[in-house]
Amino acid sequence: MAGLATTLGSGAMTNTIGEVSDSACIMAIGTSTTEAHPIIGYQVKKAVRRGAKLIVANPQEVPLVRFADLFLQIRPGSDVALLMGMARVIVEEGLHNQQYIEERTENFEAFKESLSEFSLDFVSDITGVPEEKIVEAARMYAQNSPASLLYCMGITQHSHGTDNVLALSNLALITGNLGNISGGVNPLRGQNNVQGACDMGSLPNVYTGYQKVEDEGARQKFEGSWKIELNPKPGLTHTEIFDAAYRNDVKALYLVGENPVLTEANASHSIEAMEKLEFFVVQDIFLNETAQKADVVLPAASFAEKNGTFVNTERRVQRVRKVIEPVGEAKPDWWIISAIANEMGAEGFAYNSAADIFREISAVTPSYAGITYERLEHGGIQWPCPAEDHPGTPVLHTEKFNTPSGKGKLMPLSYRPSEDCCDFDFPLILTTERSLYQFHSTMTRYSEGLDELSGGEHIKINPADAERMGIADGDLVKVKSRRGELEVKARITRRSQPGVAALSFHFAECPTNLLTSSALDPVAKTPETKVCAISIEKA
Amino acid sequence: MSELITLTIDGVEIKAEKGTSILRAALENGIYIPHLCDHQDLTSVGICRVCLVEIEGRRPTVSCMTPVEEGMVVTTSSEELDMTRKVNMELLILHHDYDCQNCAKNSYCKLQELTRYVGIDEERISAMRAPALDFPIDDSNPYYQRDMNKCVLCGICVRTCEEIQGDECIDFAFRGIETRISVLGDKPIIDSTCVTCGECVSRCPVGALVPQKAIEPTYEVETVCPFCGCGCNILVGARGGKLVSSTAVEDSPVSGGSLCVKGRYGLSFVNSPERLTTPLIRRDGELVEASWEEAISLISEKLGQYKGDQFATIASAKCTVEDNYVLQKFTRAVMGTNNIDHCARL
Repeated sequence: MAGLATTLGSGAMTNTIGEVSDSACIMAIGTSTTEAHPIIGYQVKKAVRRGAKLIVANPQEVPLVRFADLFLQIRPGSDVALLMGMARVIVEEGLHNQQYIEERTENFEAFKESLSEFSLDFVSDITGVPEEKIVEAARMYAQNSPASLLYCMGITQHSHGTDNVLALSNLALITGNLGNISGGVNPLRGQNNVQGACDMGSLPNVYTGYQKVEDEGARQKFEGSWKIELNPKPGLTHTEIFDAAYRNDVKALYLVGENPVLTEANASHSIEAMEKLEFFVVQDIFLNETAQKADVVLPAASFAEKNGTFVNTERRVQRVRKVIEPVGEAKPDWWIISAIANEMGAEGFAYNSAADIFREISAVTPSYAGITYERLEHGGIQWPCPAEDHPGTPVLHTEKFNTPSGKGKLMPLSYRPSEDCCDFDFPLILTTERSLYQFHSTMTRYSEGLDELSGGEHIKINPADAERMGIADGDLVKVKSRRGELEVKARITRRSQPGVAALSFHFAECPTNLLTSSALDPVAKTPETKVCAISIEKA
Repeated sequence: MSELITLTIDGVEIKAEKGTSILRAALENGIYIPHLCDHQDLTSVGICRVCLVEIEGRRPTVSCMTPVEEGMVVTTSSEELDMTRKVNMELLILHHDYDCQNCAKNSYCKLQELTRYVGIDEERISAMRAPALDFPIDDSNPYYQRDMNKCVLCGICVRTCEEIQGDECIDFAFRGIETRISVLGDKPIIDSTCVTCGECVSRCPVGALVPQKAIEPTYEVETVCPFCGCGCNILVGARGGKLVSSTAVEDSPVSGGSLCVKGRYGLSFVNSPERLTTPLIRRDGELVEASWEEAISLISEKLGQYKGDQFATIASAKCTVEDNYVLQKFTRAVMGTNNIDHCARL
């Protein structure tokens, strides 16, 4: 999200799910939309039925490819090259929106200069996509307006993930596809409330509504509201927290609703880090693989057992309502934290309900100022919603961007290869993906029937690679990376391109993230789980 | 706002948007015209022929396929219409299983609604009745069952798969009395390209497509699906303290009334016997049950020793906005550190 925050001033989906079906062109890159966001997948397919052009760019032949006008099966980690190559074609052929660039963007000349690196033969060489397809994609995207960009973890989970996002924002800015209906740059958020957790400042550098902890004004405001002095130093990110624990710099960890034993990149390192903690509290609905390592485990209420709000990927704040009483002695997460704070003698945690908390949130968060539980009774509201008579904001940046100058910033970029490179010992690239029938690592494993539909974990290998290695469909294989190894069954499929294999990370029986690299994007600190050098042999 | 057209149905003057079918215009104005194969979310096809109406100056015509026109005068019921409609309906139910009480769609069935309105002549039906169909029930999918003996060939499932899901994994197959809805190669549904979104199951007007374990909820509550970032609005049904059903909120601005396999069928993790039900504290290497008082006093005592940057919180994108707000406030205001992050990057 750091990428869009730099160029546009806000790191969220710029447009609305319902607008997707009216796009004239959709480019879906690094997203298997029909599997990870099925409902948005319906919208994409609807747009195609209405005549929209669909470009799918993905290392894997994902199910959405069936509906695409153009499929660019790129090499993992080559997104910047592809997107900047497309931008160069657009500018060279004069398909860019000159008026929009002059009125609404800055830095065009520097950006244009950086395009010189991305000649077609260079881009084709890096991406593995034929030159004519790159030209066709550029024309298709630039000549069909409004054009919407959809992306997901296939863009962000790289050591150059922020560059990938900047390249997408460049493409939208030079074609005038920001601030228009059915256009935009649209990151599809993976979890039900990632947007809400970010909005609330469950991030090391911001309070609610992206007010920076380093900003003295913001800090003073929260010091006033919370009546306590606050630490001005930004904290550690997810991966850095585990690194710090490994070094004994972080000694106590409070972990809520997550299972890093399966989901954290380079998992064996994180597991060792957890074992070094002096005090480790886990709050969850299940005794998952991570909770089993804790000193204290607290039973949390599930989504169906509490009141509150979730914010979806299109910034829509929606009411979550209690359906049943919590099982056993389980309690809502906010209740548990408040009880601990109160026991520690802290002021300001005397909440009686989720509604109490939401009132406080609206008071300290400008983009939520106009949202109340009463209004949410009549349906969700998309932030920013600065006042009670404001209807909410379906499309961002319609008049100006939230940058200091109000203009969208074009970013010069250069191509950087992924960190975890293939060599003689690790000749294949492993990328990670998701199944329609599973969700991350825990919840769906406890829902009857979903395991049956998903058919368990397989490493997906291209027939050419399989033949060379003498591996047959269903064979048990040993997969090794520079960090770990595991055994899993092989599935021979053209979904994977030659030289690339894919695994999901849903299954405790096959802990994929033992293999993956935690090389971080220098800005967003997202680990590079989408590119990992491996070897495969028959077990 | 598109153009409004004025017409008369059964002597009542109504207004409808240009392009609306007579059937939809009537239903929106509280006038019932019997119908089976038409569905508000789908293209009209005019297969079942029971929505016949008379339009002044024309022959009887199917109302689902006829758009409203200015000044149109429509009659929905007359002796001739009722007779024709009855024959059309008899053709639909000739093969249909009569054992309504053993059917999961009992009281939600569109065919029951139709027969209630049109009326059945038991003697005529028995005389015409063909030998009962004997297709095997396909229960290969863990979430829904297909019973082609109850199918009335309205094609709603076929159009749903094509127009809503976009996957086109089912279609009409075979000829004449053998006609049925099937998948490529007439295999069990589990071996097809079906992704179990359940959109066809939720729209099937009869008992041909029903959930495997249909339990009638005591009450339903509108909330938001807990899986991906789409945030579909769902109606969750509960009974005896357990979640038993999940259906799409029809006018959801997010999903437009659709759901995927997880939102529709995947909520039973909440009912799992594996759920944590009490606090656990590690004693002599083992996690053992403890009271809330013990757990909270232990945690507050311990955390008191780790204030500042030696403490960190991993928050959760699965928890609510309110949960996250309190967590980050606790981390910053009580523990004195900004070491808080969550899985947004994973």
